[in-house]
Amino acid sequence: MKYFKYLVLGTLFGIILTKSEVISWFRIQEMFRFQAFHMYGVIGSAIVVGMISIQLIKRNRLKSISGEEIKLADKKFNHGIWIGGFIFGLGWAITGACPGPLFAQLGSGVGAAAVMILAALAGTWTYSALREKLPY
Amino acid sequence: MNSMLELLQQPWPWYVAGPLIGLTVPALLLIGNKALGISSSLRHVCAACVPAGIPFLTYNWRAEIWNLVFVLGVALGGFIGYQLMGHPEIINISPETINDLKTELHLTDFSGLLPRELFSLDNLANWKGWFFLVFGGFLVGFGTRYAGGCTSGHAISGLSNLQWVSLVAVIGFFAGGLLMTWVVYPMLF
Repeated sequence: MKYFKYLVLGTLFGIILTKSEVISWFRIQEMFRFQAFHMYGVIGSAIVVGMISIQLIKRNRLKSISGEEIKLADKKFNHGIWIGGFIFGLGWAITGACPGPLFAQLGSGVGAAAVMILAALAGTWTYSALREKLPY
Repeated sequence: MNSMLELLQQPWPWYVAGPLIGLTVPALLLIGNKALGISSSLRHVCAACVPAGIPFLTYNWRAEIWNLVFVLGVALGGFIGYQLMGHPEIINISPETINDLKTELHLTDFSGLLPRELFSLDNLANWKGWFFLVFGGFLVGFGTRYAGGCTSGHAISGLSNLQWVSLVAVIGFFAGGLLMTWVVYPMLF
């Protein structure tokens, strides 16, 4: 039951991704070809709203509903950030989906998404196994 | 009220969807002090199912069940958003994109969320299926974990929190995506 709120929020998130068509391979191709503003508008306005929200939370020292102080960890730089980012970018243009959209596609009834998710799991597992040998 | 319902069934414009996605960041912080990030779920599934003694997969994944529940919700949202709330037969992408995909990738069918000619399961019998479904998916899973996040964790959550590291990651995402679209695709087809 304590997880129910995450199910609700995840469901809303999935509906938004689906209704705005950002889970479509065609939209991602349109984005990488700079032929429409749609994806840039979605991602850009999401960042602006997220930024304002986080500033408001920090300045007003808001607490979570359970009374905890809200903490946001700083991300640390390592070479994996850009190498891994580049590798994900290649995959993003191939599958036309980042991880969130893959799950939304699966729910929408795209059978291919199941194969892509299994392959993504294999990718994450392989990364985990090779982690110590990779450049950082 | 009826027109509101009709409006919800249409594709949502960026200025509606984008801000709502942005609000997911504070919503997760306020309801549970959690940072938005979807690709971590892949790691948790690996840790839960096939840890195989790998140090990076040996941790208390049960503490992260919220993330798996969130992702389950995303799939449920995909069902509701697509099957119950209506969808266009053909997504209204730019005519230039359609033209490029016709001439460069030889696509003819523009219906659905993704081109059947590339993503049909039958394609697993030839290189296309393995490239688009298996290799593509593999790179998504490998790259996101190597970079420590995906579009949600770095682009949305990270940039919202003014993390310059996330900007480096996003530049990497685009460098890879542009190389694939503009250089590799023309060589493949």
